Amino acid sequence: MNDSLLSLVTFIPTFAALILLVFLRGEDEMAQRNAKRVALTATVITFLMSLFVLAGFDPSDAGFQFVEQRDWLMGLKYKMGVDGISILFVMLTTFMMPLVIWASWDVKVRVKEYMIAFLLLETLMLGVFMALDLVLFYLFFEAGLIPMFLIIGIWGGANRIYASFKFFLYTFLGSVLMLVAMVAMFVNAGTTDIPTLMAHEFASETMSVMGITVIGGMQTIMFLAFFASFAVKMPMWPVHTWLPDAHVQAPTAGSVVLAAILLKMGGYGFLRFSLPMFPIGAEVMTPLVMWMSAIAIVYTSLVAFVQEDMKKLIAYSSVAHMGFVTMGIFAANQQGIDGAIFQMISHGFISGALFLCVGVIYDRMHTREIDAYGGLVNRMPAYALIFMFFTMANVGLPGTSGFVGEFLTLVGVFQVNTWVALVATSGVILSAAYALWLYRRVVLGDLIKESLKNISDMTRREKMIFAPLVAMTLILGVYPSLVTDIIGPSVENLISNYDTALANGASASQSASH
Amino acid sequence: MIQADLNIILPEILLALYAMLALLAVVYTGKDKMAPMLTWLTAGVFALLAVWIGVSGEGENIAFNGMFHDDAFSRFAKVAMLLAGAAVLVMGADYMQRRNMLRFEYPILVALAMVGMMTMVSAGDLMTLYMGLELQSLSLYVVATLRRDGVKSTEAGMKYFLLGALSSGLLLYGSSLVYGFAGTTTFAGIVEAVGHGHTPLGLLFGLTFVISGLAFKVSAVPFHMWTPDVYEGAPTPITAFFATAPKLAAMGLFARVLFDAFGGVVGDWQQIIALLSVLSMFLGAIAAIGQTNIKRLLAYSSIAHMGYALMGLAAGTALGVEAMLVYMAIYVTMNVGTFAFILSMEKDGQPVTDIASLNLYSKQSSGRALALLFLMFSLAGVPPFLGFFGKLYVLRAAFEGGLAWLAIAGVVASVIGAFYYLRIVYYMYFGEEGDELDAPRSLVQQVLLMASAAIMLLGIVNFFGVDTAAQAAAAALMPH
Repeated sequence: MNDSLLSLVTFIPTFAALILLVFLRGEDEMAQRNAKRVALTATVITFLMSLFVLAGFDPSDAGFQFVEQRDWLMGLKYKMGVDGISILFVMLTTFMMPLVIWASWDVKVRVKEYMIAFLLLETLMLGVFMALDLVLFYLFFEAGLIPMFLIIGIWGGANRIYASFKFFLYTFLGSVLMLVAMVAMFVNAGTTDIPTLMAHEFASETMSVMGITVIGGMQTIMFLAFFASFAVKMPMWPVHTWLPDAHVQAPTAGSVVLAAILLKMGGYGFLRFSLPMFPIGAEVMTPLVMWMSAIAIVYTSLVAFVQEDMKKLIAYSSVAHMGFVTMGIFAANQQGIDGAIFQMISHGFISGALFLCVGVIYDRMHTREIDAYGGLVNRMPAYALIFMFFTMANVGLPGTSGFVGEFLTLVGVFQVNTWVALVATSGVILSAAYALWLYRRVVLGDLIKESLKNISDMTRREKMIFAPLVAMTLILGVYPSLVTDIIGPSVENLISNYDTALANGASASQSASH
Repeated sequence: MIQADLNIILPEILLALYAMLALLAVVYTGKDKMAPMLTWLTAGVFALLAVWIGVSGEGENIAFNGMFHDDAFSRFAKVAMLLAGAAVLVMGADYMQRRNMLRFEYPILVALAMVGMMTMVSAGDLMTLYMGLELQSLSLYVVATLRRDGVKSTEAGMKYFLLGALSSGLLLYGSSLVYGFAGTTTFAGIVEAVGHGHTPLGLLFGLTFVISGLAFKVSAVPFHMWTPDVYEGAPTPITAFFATAPKLAAMGLFARVLFDAFGGVVGDWQQIIALLSVLSMFLGAIAAIGQTNIKRLLAYSSIAHMGYALMGLAAGTALGVEAMLVYMAIYVTMNVGTFAFILSMEKDGQPVTDIASLNLYSKQSSGRALALLFLMFSLAGVPPFLGFFGKLYVLRAAFEGGLAWLAIAGVVASVIGAFYYLRIVYYMYFGEEGDELDAPRSLVQQVLLMASAAIMLLGIVNFFGVDTAAQAAAAALMPH
């Protein structure tokens, strides 16, 4: 069974979606309940199956495990596998999806389609993290846009059309450039096998394109093409503008998936493609990426300050936190990359939880306006506690997972570029400022607003959804080696290959100049 | 000798005989009353011929001193055209019958056009090329005006005829130049005449004119102007036919001329084709944005798709031809499905073509909406649908042919193009509730729509072997 365990995990949700598509009829209460139950069961089964993957995973092995491979068309391969870097994203996905489905229990409109969209989305997200073939990766990566486009467009807020089109076209434009680079790699290296390509050395001689001298040659160009895709997906400043729109308009569950999982694809892409395959190109572009990250951290934190919409505020805070991730990845040392992966996992729990927190009060008041709230602690003590916890985690309070990620990335970056680290650290302060201010305005103070007088505290279902998220945030906060032990060897391997490639490239260019 | 030659063109002879006999038979019996039966019969004949050609044909057979080639390439194109023709015939029958448009000439003219198309893709000589092309074109001019009493249909036919005649003129003029400078009309002779280093200027002029004429037939920019009007004006079943088989035939002929006759001077025509390709992709993508009529929209979409297919040809390699064939096969399948849907769009029995009438169609008929969603994303080239793999194929060919800039332009155009396909999805899924469309009446259309949508998803497993056939076809076109 080990040979196809990954495919099994990936396609269980699709299977459930097919069952819903074919067998579920009608729009009545009964059909809606069945749709939700099938979806929840499928996602839970997926999570349990993925536990087998985690249990069978050997952390000391830096290579790919559970590899399965079949011939596919055009000389491509259907190849899946996980290593230390990807397995945690797989686990994050399977862990979050049941919570997302459960959090959507109150959806009333077109429930069947809603569940099908989320189930298919899960398959596609899992596929992204497991694919070991360029085109297969691209297939999952791009196909994920379709269900998300529909989720925002059908179940979204007032301005959903604009947001869904912007989301789709923005990310599509980024990705097609990556597709061209992938085709170039296919032609150049003659294979689309990711592990082979990681070992392949793409040409890096300085070349001239339309009169512009490109240091790092092909590698830099391909790096930029991939960068166009991942930077949009991440999203990095200044191509982040689709994210606040998409977040605000998406339904709560859509926002959670977007923040917790879809954003991580960009970071994963950097680790899987950009650094290992184009080390010299990455080296050339590192200063730019570093400063873009630093600007993102400070700029989006400042923008978050003035938001009046809770979801928008959290969306901007996500962009800032992703800034730490890109910064850490391009520091290209153990702390930096460990920290970046850790930050992504932890941000998955925390930002997911924060969007759920917004969802809880949105379901009751149908507004995300910060000014519409205030003094919720008086009627919603449990909510106040949980919101407090995740606000603190978002700020990076020691003891929560948010701290570990930020700290590690900052340590990593400090060794490489002190100035960037300095600027980024100011972002930590800013994030504390906007997050705590948000909390004060929404939860603390006296309950003055008439409309809030009858608001009820969280139901048992809502509390139970938050429980695993609280647990994970705490556990990772006090025992981070749970994560770093798994990712350690793979990251070490990645860094040593990266350094070797750079050393080779340097000696090659030296011998060329002599 | 003649015996063997006739054997090689037996499918064409049989189809022509069938068309003529059917014409006689129907004229002396029921006339239009026989039309539905004749439509199905013709479709059946097409399907039988497709099976026969696909199964029995093998090797490379040359008839009439090189005028006619029966090889893997022509067989690939013929099978695809015959199947597409059969599908389009049967799916339009019900639509035309209910509007009193189903005349007995229709299937017969389509059969004659098919003979022309089959000759086109087998052409090994400028004479054969022109004969095939004109037989196809003349039949199609008439078919376009099938609705004699409709202003738009007549206008469409007139435009098609005038511009088509102009393009035939261009082509003929080019052919005469080629003949004058090469001293022969056979492709094999031409390739020898131009293959030796320096190409005479007159021959290049001839080549350019021939390419212009052919570009008109595939509706590549800047020879595309007729397409939207003809698509819109012609009755929908006929639009569906225009969008499928003739496009394939013209593309096949294009490949034949470029590789069989001018395969030695790829450098001389590569830039022209690349330019046609990039212009078509961008114009198709941008001009479709403002369209509200789904038939016009598909006209521009087909212009853009021809741009991608030309990208494969521009590569100038066997892989490029293979990519073009695969792309065209996918394109035709997608269009059959999409037109099957458009044919069934009706309100109170009247056909509607306004995109806005699809408002919230997904609520009314979720299965059909989902099928159209598959087709739209496939047309846009979004994975996991088959349309994406078609694009991937041509992109790879372009890259291997050293046309990286063309590949980049192509993907950028595909993002612009994605917008209007998304707009259809937007109307179906996010729109506001409006008047509902009628429930679909025709089972055939339903089946073809669903089958085509299913192929878009299931085809990604192994292309149903089409890529292997295309590979053999492309190899047959290359100099040995």
